[in-house]
Amino acid sequence: MRRLLKIYMEKPELAGIVFLLVLGTIFQIQSGGVFLNAQNVQGILGLLPEMALVAIGVTLLMICGEFDLSVGSVFALCPMVMGVLLADGVSFWLAFPAGLGAALLVGLTNGIITIRFNIPSFITTLGMLFVARSATVVISGGFPPMIPQGAMPRDAFVAFVGPGDMFRMSFLWFLAVAILVSLLLGRTNFGNWVRATGGFLPAAQSMGIPTARVKIACFMLCSLLAGFAGTIQVMRLGAPLPSIGEGLELQAVAAAVIGGTALTGGIGTILGGIIGAVLIRVIDNGLVLSRVDADWFKMALGGLTIFAVIVNAWLRKKARAMKVETNT
Amino acid sequence: MSGDAIIEVRDLHKWYSGVHALKGVSLDIRRGEALGLVGDNGAGKSTLINILSGTQQPDGGSISFEGRKVQFGNPRDAMDAGIETIYQYNSMVPTMSIARNMFIGREPLKASIFGVGVMDRRRMAEEAMQALRDVDLHLRSPDALVGELSGGQRQGVAIARAMHFKSKVMILDEPTNHLAVKETEKVLGFIKSLKAMGITAIFISHNIHHVFDCTDRIVAMALGEVVLDKRVEDTSMDEVLDVL
Ligand SMILES: Nc1ncnc2c1ncn2[C@@H]1O[C@H](COP(=O)(O)OP(=O)(O)OP(=O)(O)O)[C@@H](O)[C@H]1O
Ligand SMILES: [Mg+2]
Repeated sequence: MRRLLKIYMEKPELAGIVFLLVLGTIFQIQSGGVFLNAQNVQGILGLLPEMALVAIGVTLLMICGEFDLSVGSVFALCPMVMGVLLADGVSFWLAFPAGLGAALLVGLTNGIITIRFNIPSFITTLGMLFVARSATVVISGGFPPMIPQGAMPRDAFVAFVGPGDMFRMSFLWFLAVAILVSLLLGRTNFGNWVRATGGFLPAAQSMGIPTARVKIACFMLCSLLAGFAGTIQVMRLGAPLPSIGEGLELQAVAAAVIGGTALTGGIGTILGGIIGAVLIRVIDNGLVLSRVDADWFKMALGGLTIFAVIVNAWLRKKARAMKVETNT
Repeated sequence: MSGDAIIEVRDLHKWYSGVHALKGVSLDIRRGEALGLVGDNGAGKSTLINILSGTQQPDGGSISFEGRKVQFGNPRDAMDAGIETIYQYNSMVPTMSIARNMFIGREPLKASIFGVGVMDRRRMAEEAMQALRDVDLHLRSPDALVGELSGGQRQGVAIARAMHFKSKVMILDEPTNHLAVKETEKVLGFIKSLKAMGITAIFISHNIHHVFDCTDRIVAMALGEVVLDKRVEDTSMDEVLDVL
């Protein structure tokens, strides 16, 4: 038991991995082998990056001790800025960075307001959820802009690649981002500061970490990834709808939490957030395959989220009790 | 007299919106001495050391460190000068490993751009273990989480960290609070061992026995002023308790 707890404390995503394997096996058996066939896996991998990229950013930010509910709106705003510019005949190489710039600006605003006025980021970003969504609708004028044919280099982002067209280019982008952010968190001094800031703010401050800047950087990275993910979805769909990404913020938080990220900050891994995102996609897909009414998806997602938090809280309590023992 | 002072505090003032927390504190701290700082709740002890450690800035007065006027804008300035502080509520992040805690903000890097770079984790692990051995703290692994350690062990790690970065002055603000008797003994042992290593110590505690046990000089504060400043052999617990 002790050993198990120690492993858990070091690898909080472990429970998620186990759960993923169990669920995968169940779906595979239940669907008579359809779940893991090439076509279905292709379907899962094709959609995964969009949500997983958002989950990566949200996980990083939660480890830093903050929260972002505006990612779903940024997911729509960033490609809308790009789309409107493209429709005006601006080149992709200006429109794309402009969209990402808008995302960064939202992140910067979230960070500065949260820190400057010392309010919970839950509130700041709840407000930003509405502001950014509204901005998206306003700049679109209510209709999706007509993006000229060939204005977006779709091949570089959403074309099918790999053996048997197994995944889209977006999957490779996602992999690259996942590895980069994991390394950033796990191997760099910046990652150390993120964990310290989220783990115990007074200690980080007393060690001279610029905690405000660390948090703002995480807010911006989180927004940037959400905007990038939205851009990928728009390239896949061909047109920027002002309504995309609605509810995504909650799925991303669910993914992070299912993957073992603590709501209190300091604990969690990028891999955990990704596992959580995969789990959500697998449940979605598995339920469809099992011919379960699609309306059950949210029920399953909600149940799993609460279950994950309960399990995590229980494990952490056990771990604490263990510590008290070693004190005496 | 002030020739061998490592820190000279002159006429230090600090206000907290109406509260005059430091009312012109002057103090010389000699190189290598262990200074005990005592005083009732709210006397201004923490305020004084917060200023010395760069967490807060004074509203008046000056501080000299090694003969030069200094102004610490943040904790990092003080740390870079060689002043390390160990707080009553731990300067460790419980959810991080010992090795990572040792180097928060001062990670050895293999390569970096704009101050962000890849940590040399092997060096961190090795140096962390060495630093712990140097303070006679024998822990299994540098990868153990600080949250798994006992309170005394944590303070030990904090002290090892300060030593590792060759701090010249170590400030300990109630480091034995909330510790069991045995653990307290251990921390007091650490403090006594600083002397042999030539490190100047400022030790704050409400336990006057502990202070007399491991310091050379006692400074007592009351209501933001220094009310007593004597060598341990020239005073007594009764005299100190009297002025508080
Ligand atoms: N951040 C702050 N904001 C407002 N007032 C403060 C602040 N910090 C300290 N004070 C006030 O300044 C005075 C000195 O407090 P300080 O913490 O320095 O005392 P102390 O000697 O360390 O006390 P203790 O033994 O309780 O730790 C007190 O009146 C306290 O209420
Ligand atoms: Mg105090």
